[in-house]
Amino acid sequence: MTATTSHGAGPFIAAIDQGTTSSRCIVFDRDGRIVSVDQKEHEQIFPKPGWVEHDAAEIWANVQEVVAGAIEKAGITAADVKAIGITNQRETTLLWDRNTGEPVHNAIVWQDTRTDALCRELGRNVGQDRFRRETGLPLASYFAGPKVRWLLDNVEGLRERAERGEILFGTMDSWVIWNLTGGTDGGRHVTDVTNASRTMLMNLHTMEWDDKILQSMEVPAAVLPEIRSSAEVYGHVKGGVLDGIPVASALGDQQAALFGQTCFAEGEAKSTYGTGTFMLMNTGDKVINSYSGLLTTVGYRIGDDKPVYALEGSIAVTGSLVQWMRDQMGLVSTAAEIETLALTVEDNGGAYFVPAFSGLFAPYWRSDARGVIAGLTRYVTKAHIARAVLEATAWQTREITDAMTKDSGVELSALKVDGGMTSNNLLMQTLSDVLDAPVVRPMVAETTCLGAAYAAGLAVGFWPDTDALRSNWRRAAEWTPRMDAETRDREYKNWLKAVERTMGWIEDEE
Amino acid sequence: MAKNIQSLERAAAMLRLLAGGERRLGLSDIASSLGLAKGTAHGILRTLQAEGFVEQDPASGRYQLGAELLRLGNSYLDVHELRARALVWTDDLARSSGESVHLGVLHQHGVLVIHHVFRPDDSRQVLEVGAMQPLHSTALGKVLSAYDPVAHSEAVEVERKAFTPRTVTSLDDFEELLDLTRARGWAADVEETWEGVASVAAPIHDRRRMPVGAVAITGAVERVCERGELRSELVAAVRECARAVSRDLGAGRF
Repeated sequence: MTATTSHGAGPFIAAIDQGTTSSRCIVFDRDGRIVSVDQKEHEQIFPKPGWVEHDAAEIWANVQEVVAGAIEKAGITAADVKAIGITNQRETTLLWDRNTGEPVHNAIVWQDTRTDALCRELGRNVGQDRFRRETGLPLASYFAGPKVRWLLDNVEGLRERAERGEILFGTMDSWVIWNLTGGTDGGRHVTDVTNASRTMLMNLHTMEWDDKILQSMEVPAAVLPEIRSSAEVYGHVKGGVLDGIPVASALGDQQAALFGQTCFAEGEAKSTYGTGTFMLMNTGDKVINSYSGLLTTVGYRIGDDKPVYALEGSIAVTGSLVQWMRDQMGLVSTAAEIETLALTVEDNGGAYFVPAFSGLFAPYWRSDARGVIAGLTRYVTKAHIARAVLEATAWQTREITDAMTKDSGVELSALKVDGGMTSNNLLMQTLSDVLDAPVVRPMVAETTCLGAAYAAGLAVGFWPDTDALRSNWRRAAEWTPRMDAETRDREYKNWLKAVERTMGWIEDEE
Repeated sequence: MAKNIQSLERAAAMLRLLAGGERRLGLSDIASSLGLAKGTAHGILRTLQAEGFVEQDPASGRYQLGAELLRLGNSYLDVHELRARALVWTDDLARSSGESVHLGVLHQHGVLVIHHVFRPDDSRQVLEVGAMQPLHSTALGKVLSAYDPVAHSEAVEVERKAFTPRTVTSLDDFEELLDLTRARGWAADVEETWEGVASVAAPIHDRRRMPVGAVAITGAVERVCERGELRSELVAAVRECARAVSRDLGAGRF
C-alpha cells in the first residue's frame, strides 16, 4: 500500500513487530490507520523434538529490512516519523556478547520445552508455584528465566563470561532496541515491564529484578537489562533509514494487542488469534492471584504512571494447528482453505482434536499432555477433522474465559478479537456460539503493531492521552451466538472428555 | 476425424515426460526420448517456458515442470483466501469512506457476500456474510456481470426483477450499463435494489487478470451521492481498495 492523499502528509508513527514467524514494520497515521506494511519471515529451527530456536542475527537483518521497506512503501522519510515503537514475541531468550554484538547461541523460542526438567528441579519441594507470589507465573518451560539458566549451564564457558560482565541477556525487545540504538556503539540495554514480567525474574509488586529468584535460578545480575516503562524514550535510532528517531515504546506482543484494542478500563479483555492464542483481561492496579491456572502479568505502564496489571490465559496451538494441517498433513493448501473444507459438513461428526503438541497450557499447565484426536469412527472425513480443528480454538478459549470469570469475578460481556484467524468467519461464529457472548472485531486487525505505535505516540506527545486512542477504535464486525444451550453443553462435555485423554502421555522425561 | 495438431501433441508428450520419473531432463534426453530433432524439441520447450509450463534450471540447463501448471490444476481462488487477503484493505476502506464494505463473488445465479465490514459509527449492525444479492441490480452484481463472462450469462438469462422503479430490467439497457461499467471500471446502484440505499463497486483481479470478485461500499443515498451523482472521492476509494487487493493477489498495476 502506498501513502495516499487520504492519509495526508503525516506525521507518522512506525512500529516493529518482531514476531514468532516473521518480523514486520507498519507505519500508522494519526487516526491509527495503516499507511504501509512490510514483512519478512525467518527460519524456524528445530534441533530436537520439542526444541525451537531462532537465528537472532537473521532476525535483526530482517528487522532492518522491513523498517526500510515500510518507510519506502509509505513514500516518506525519517523526517515524517515522530517515533518508533517495538512489540515482540515474548519470552524468547537471547544471550549475546556485549563487545562483538554476536549472539552466543540461537535464541530459545517461547514454545521450546527443553527446560521442562529444569523447571521441575527448580520447583523443589514446593512445585510449580514456588515463585508465583512474586512473579505471578508458574514454573513452566515457557518463561525466560529458566531458558537463561539453561544457556548458562550448557554453552561452554558462558557462565564465566556472564559473571565477568561480557554477556547481555534480553528478550527480543531488548535485542532489537540494543541494535537500533547503536549495538556495540552505545546501544541501550533495556527492557520494558511487560517483557520483564515474563522472565520469572521480576517482582510484580516492586517492578524490579528479584534478588532471591536470581539466586535460586543462578542468573548473574550483570546480564540483565534495565527495566523501564512501556512508553518512554529509551534512546534514538543510530544509522539506517530512521537515523535519529526516538525509540519510544516496548510491549510484549499480547500486551501490545491489549493496548491496541484500547482495553484501558478494568474488566476489558481481548483475545489474539495467531500461532497461539492469548487472552488478556485488564485488572487495573490490582495484582489478582489466579487459582484457576491463569497468569498474573503486567498489562502496561505509561511513563511514570502506575502500572496496570492483567490476567492472562494462553493457548499454545491455534493458528499453528491450521498450519500443521496444511504443511504436515497436506489437508489444505492455504490456511484460509480450512474454512472451505470445514463448511462442506454440518458438524464435527463426533471428532474432537486437542492439539496439546507441547503440553496443555492454561488452565491446566500439563507438560505431560500430548495431542489427541478423539471420537474417530469410519464416518469421520477430513472435513469433520477440519471442523474439529477450528472448534479446538473455540473450546480452548471457552476454558480460559471460564477461568477468568472465576478469578476476577467479572462476567465476560463481549470478547474483542484480533489476529490473523479473525478472517475465518466460521471460527468467529463458532467462538461466539461456544462462549455464548458476542465476538467483536475492531477495524484494524493489526492491533499488536497498533498498540506499540500507540504507546510510542503517547511517549512523544503524538497523541495526548488514552482517550484520544479510544476514539480511534471502530467495530468492523460482530458475531452473535446462534447455538442452543443444550448443544453447547453437550459439546463442551465432549471436549472436556477429549482433553482428559491427552494427559499423562509423557511418563518420565529426560 | 480431423487431424490433430502435431506440435501440441509433442508439447503434451514433453510435459508427460517431465512429469514422470526424473525431475529434470536435458534437451538431448528429451529430444531422443520423443524421437525429435534437437531444434524441434528446443522450439517447443522454449514456447512452453515462455508460457510458464516449463522452467529451465539456470545452472545445469535442464528442464522441469513450471509453476504455471500447478496454478492451472488449482485454478480457482478460495473465497476464504480472498477474504483473508482483503481484510486489511476493506477495513481501511470502511474507515476512510465511513460506509459499510462488502466483498462479493459469483455464486450460482447471484452474488454471495463473503466479507462484510461494518459502517464505522458504532451503530447496531448485523453481519451479512453468506447473504445473496441479485446480479442485475446491485453494484457488486453489475461489476461481476461486466467482467466475468459466466456471471454475464447468468445475469442475461435470469429474470431481471424490478425491486424499485429505478431497477434496470430490459436487456439492452442492462448491456449498455455493463459497457459503461467496463469503460469506467466501476458500477453503481442508486436505489435500484433498495430504496434510499446507494452503492458503488469495483472489480478485483487475480494475477492472471481474471475477475475473482468485487468490492463495494453501501450507504444511505444522501451520504453516498451528491446532487444525484456518486461522490467521486468514494468512487476513487473503492477503486483504490480493489486495486490494492488485486495487487495483493499478484495482479500487476493497471
